[in-house]
Amino acid sequence: MKSLESWGRYPRVKPGTQRVLPFSWRTERLPSVEEGESLLPYGKGRSYGDGCLNVGHALLPTTGLDRFIEFDPSTGLLTCEAGVSLEDILRLVVWQGWFLPVTPGTKFVTVGGAIANDVHGKNHHAAGTFGRYVRRFELLRSDGTRRECSPTENADWFAATIGGLGLTGLITWARIQLVRMHNPFILQETVPFGGLEEFFQLNRESERDFEYTVAWIDCLARGRKLGRGLYYRGNPAPPQWETLPLVRSHLTRGGGLAVPFNLPSFTLNRLTVSAFNFLYYHRQRGRPSTRLVHYDPFFYPLDSVHAWNRIYGRRGFLQFQCVVPLAEAGGGAMEEILARIARSGMASFLAVLKTFGSLESPGLLSFPRPGVTLALDFAFQGSRTLALFSDLERMTREAGGAVYPAKDACMTPESFAAAYPALPRFRDFVDPAFSSSFWRRVAGPSASLSSSVPSVA
Amino acid sequence: MKKVLVLGATSAIAQATCRLLAARGAALHLVGRNATQLEAVAKDLSVRGARVSTRVQELNELSSHEELVSHADTVLGGMDGVLLAHGLLGRQPESERSWDAAQEVLTTNFMGPASLLTHVANLLEERRAGMIVVISSVAGDRGRQSNYVYGSSKGGLNVFLQGLRNRLARSNVAVVTVKPGFVDTPMTAHLPKNALFASPEKVAKGILRAMDARRDEIYVPGFWRLIMFAVRSIPEGVFKRMKL
Repeated sequence: MKSLESWGRYPRVKPGTQRVLPFSWRTERLPSVEEGESLLPYGKGRSYGDGCLNVGHALLPTTGLDRFIEFDPSTGLLTCEAGVSLEDILRLVVWQGWFLPVTPGTKFVTVGGAIANDVHGKNHHAAGTFGRYVRRFELLRSDGTRRECSPTENADWFAATIGGLGLTGLITWARIQLVRMHNPFILQETVPFGGLEEFFQLNRESERDFEYTVAWIDCLARGRKLGRGLYYRGNPAPPQWETLPLVRSHLTRGGGLAVPFNLPSFTLNRLTVSAFNFLYYHRQRGRPSTRLVHYDPFFYPLDSVHAWNRIYGRRGFLQFQCVVPLAEAGGGAMEEILARIARSGMASFLAVLKTFGSLESPGLLSFPRPGVTLALDFAFQGSRTLALFSDLERMTREAGGAVYPAKDACMTPESFAAAYPALPRFRDFVDPAFSSSFWRRVAGPSASLSSSVPSVA
Repeated sequence: MKKVLVLGATSAIAQATCRLLAARGAALHLVGRNATQLEAVAKDLSVRGARVSTRVQELNELSSHEELVSHADTVLGGMDGVLLAHGLLGRQPESERSWDAAQEVLTTNFMGPASLLTHVANLLEERRAGMIVVISSVAGDRGRQSNYVYGSSKGGLNVFLQGLRNRLARSNVAVVTVKPGFVDTPMTAHLPKNALFASPEKVAKGILRAMDARRDEIYVPGFWRLIMFAVRSIPEGVFKRMKL
């Protein structure tokens, strides 16, 4: 059997090292585990590192927990089971005039996963994290108890479970407040910029007037060109576009493309990547442009290529995503991080740069906080990659920043504790029968149920 | 099909098929034996656009069938289709040791459906319209030592459906036999998965296509037609020595 993996496919999982216990009915009890064994809910496996893995223990796939419970098209309040994906939601609500309040860069994540990682999107500066739109959910614990949690009811459990990495128990269902969307289009402007300083200036101007902002930077450009890139900013298209055929347009475009097998590792090397980045940058020819785009390619450019993670071959890849406070970033921390990445020559196609706003994240362990966030992929090349990650992590920590658990496979317990000061409080809410490979790696010895259980290799 | 009686509505294949029917705004009368599961499925389908009613019923109580079918017809306001999706895989070794276990498999997969479809057929035949869609299995194509009790229940069902199709052809009632191969559902949760396994969603799409085209018999996914042709082609003298 194919084993359940994480999106980066690093660390690699040996077949048969994770027991799979499907959970399909929200009214049932959790399956029982063996002595010393722990559980971890598993949605669509889109966490990049080991946050969705539980090697040596058991996974609780929520694929069967994919039912809607209630949707009121007059208020936009949606109640559904935790295994429902954002794609399922879009198919249901877009043609009825509603949209996700916050969406990450892929629609192939579950509602449970979006809550457990308190995900963010291109509108963070205006809207905050996904967790801010969660009105209520049910938490099922291994002792059989069920708690309905909301910002006012069981508020401590609510805060621990949002961004709680699936460790506080199983979210069986959740209620989300959607936002109005009058048509499925985004009016998008693309503006080239020559370096970090220009980025920050452009960003300040843009955040006032645009709901969605994100920048792509060329991570291989060095010296004077360091930090050059393209700035994307957009707003929902104005109402005159409402006459366009709404009903059909919620369908996913370009579903035909897929990467059918692992590409050989020579596909991606410094040459092909810098050629791609050069072409991508110069396609713009230095001019700003405006166009109307469907929400699907705007928010989910990579979803149209199924299993794109396979382009990195069998060894998999790591994603690095950090946030550093704005003062530090402006003071050179982000520039140093970018310079270190450029020097390594190991960066991949796209690095994404965005600022987080000041809206508070509701989870004890939420990643988004005011500052600049950088995200990019690295094909796994053994110790070279690990050495680079260790440097990047140290630079992030010294700048007072944080690494994103949903993307992480390397962080040390020290960095985790430093970046997540609520960690000691969070520990009290961890279900004694729940754990993950990530948790055993970063949370220290107290995270293991029993010392005899092998942790991730 | 716009007004459909769904038997075994909490099965994974029935749920996936009903979601496609719900998107078309169908009316669905859902029958299953677990009340809380049935309620969860009903809410889901109603959010997805279906008009839904439910009935909790143990379908192996054959005496309930006549009333069940006429009640469904009333609730739906004249049913024009049936999706029969309940089934029991059982365990072959247990079915060999215990006649009670074997009988439960045979009743669930053959006696029950035959009884239900008798009432449904009489109703639709008189109305001279409608469609009967039954989830059978590739396992009914040839008896094998590893699952012949389940296989024979499905094989018997297939022959029953052939006859019913023949009888109802002149009454404009279609009978669609659906033969899925391995499907990744709770019924097969204990089996190790391989490339032959299909998702319930994929099977549901195949079923909907067959319904729209009023096909007689389909294999889903389609490659099972070739596999089962090969399995059926092996001479019995050779086959009986094989371990399939």
